[in-house]
Amino acid sequence: MPITRDEVAHLARLSRLALSDAELDHFAGQLDTIIAHVARVQEVAADGIPPTTHAAALTNVFREDVLVPPLGAAAVLDQAPAAEQGRFRVPRILTGD
Amino acid sequence: MASELTRMTAAETASAIAAGEVSAVEVTRAHLDRIEAVDPQVHAFLHVAGESAVSAARAVDERRAAGEPLGPLAGVPLALKDVFTTVDMPTTCGSRILDGWQPPYEATVTQRLRKAGVVILGKTNMDEFAMGSSTENSAYGPSHNPWDLSRVPGGSSGGSAAAVTAFEAPLGIGTDTGGSIRQPAAVCGIVGVKPSYGGSSRYGLVAFASSLDTPGPLARTVLDAALLHEVMSGYDPMDSTSVDAPVPPCVAAARQADVAGLRVGVVAEFSGEGYQAGVLARFGEAVELLESLGAKVTEVSCPHFEYALPAYYLIAPSECSSNLARFDAMRYGLRVGDDGTADAEEVMSLTRAAGFGAEVKRRIMLGTYALSSGYYDAYYGKAQQVRTLITRDFDSAFEQVDVLVSPTTPTTAFPIGARADDPLAMYLADLCTIPSDLAGNAALSVPCGLAPEDGLPVGLQVMAPVLADDRLYRVASAVEAALVQRWGHRLVDEAKGLGDD
Repeated sequence: MPITRDEVAHLARLSRLALSDAELDHFAGQLDTIIAHVARVQEVAADGIPPTTHAAALTNVFREDVLVPPLGAAAVLDQAPAAEQGRFRVPRILTGD
Repeated sequence: MASELTRMTAAETASAIAAGEVSAVEVTRAHLDRIEAVDPQVHAFLHVAGESAVSAARAVDERRAAGEPLGPLAGVPLALKDVFTTVDMPTTCGSRILDGWQPPYEATVTQRLRKAGVVILGKTNMDEFAMGSSTENSAYGPSHNPWDLSRVPGGSSGGSAAAVTAFEAPLGIGTDTGGSIRQPAAVCGIVGVKPSYGGSSRYGLVAFASSLDTPGPLARTVLDAALLHEVMSGYDPMDSTSVDAPVPPCVAAARQADVAGLRVGVVAEFSGEGYQAGVLARFGEAVELLESLGAKVTEVSCPHFEYALPAYYLIAPSECSSNLARFDAMRYGLRVGDDGTADAEEVMSLTRAAGFGAEVKRRIMLGTYALSSGYYDAYYGKAQQVRTLITRDFDSAFEQVDVLVSPTTPTTAFPIGARADDPLAMYLADLCTIPSDLAGNAALSVPCGLAPEDGLPVGLQVMAPVLADDRLYRVASAVEAALVQRWGHRLVDEAKGLGDD
């Protein structure tokens, strides 16, 4: 089932990528080729085979709940694109109307 | 011309420093000079930290003068992939979105290196966020292969591999998610190792695919790789998937260099169509060599390995789409379009579109697709089942043999630009390396000769069970010793792309 340009535009929105029309055209063809290739996993993955989520032979890992000093606001804000009054300054998150 | 100090191995350098034959500062200065002389052609480094390197070297010299014991790599310079956070150097991951980012905390691997007196010369080029096999996906331009500057050095750890090959550093650190240490090592004619997953810490390693990402060593000799492997590895409570087990005895195994009686399995599936003739020829000779050294060689079938590449290109992009959501233009890194009218989501989308390159965008969208409702079971779910099948193939193979071998890559280094806009062709460079990432076992690439048709290096891949990393070194050092004896020098000494010798 080929992936359409509209689907790629939807994926770009979900991925928070403001792509140009030219990029959408370009990626649509490439993603279609890649998805056709990776769909081969469906040839062998039968029912009853458990999934592997990670390669480490570990289950839950616990540690003592020990207080450690945090980085501190100055260090954390040092690389912020914009900061104000000891906080991150971000664009508005609500629309006005 | 590379100076004597830059031609030495890490082991030789460390003993010379410990014996007082040369100072760590002299060694570091020789490498900084070499970088200045050749890096304009190679472009291995994104950032050279001359001053802090010299001061780290001086600290080693002072410790020696004070009679303090020095570790096995004290004073040895190293090229660090720009994917680890460092408090005294920027960390860009080869991406525009992190241009100039100065992390507030230090990775565990680099903390260990510094404590051991290893001198970090700077940060090396890489495919953006470690996604690629050529360094062409770096936002800062590609690195060049010191064998032939018109060719790629492999990737994603191509900058570290090129630096070690060009004698800019005796040691390098890379990360391997689908082959990003072994593939550049193979096409540059050096040694590269992916430790068992969980053997080396991911704390401070900027995440691409967390269930796969593994830091590991690059070096010009097997022993040097083993020394670095042991220094950089070990349990880390800051990494929740770190394995609380002793570091395998890699150095002792490298010194053992003996394969008598060892059972070696040749992976039947990694041959035939798509493999360069010269690669298969050199691989075949390496297998004959192992047999002549007393190994018991058989062919082993791993029937699901052919599905490793498709499974990987679902699992890795899925994890990447989640991990890279953190680059949201709010707390650090690039911010684009914040003109007072755009809302946060618009700024995010504009920033990510401007800050990420094409391959990262492709993988984020591919992962978003594979994880989206309606497709999850058919793609991501199936890929996780294939991951189980591949692990089972390894389990059953390792019941019959002690190690598996294959070519590291299907071809030698390809020309810059040849695969740049053909993602699937680029992905094939990792065909033989991906299974070990999915299963989490240890694997290594060691040079086994030059392909006759293009005169470029070929790598022999050795794969060992989880936490049996020492077996890699046993096999690779035996192969290395026999080949160096046959050739009269190391393979990397033949690299002539820089016009010096």
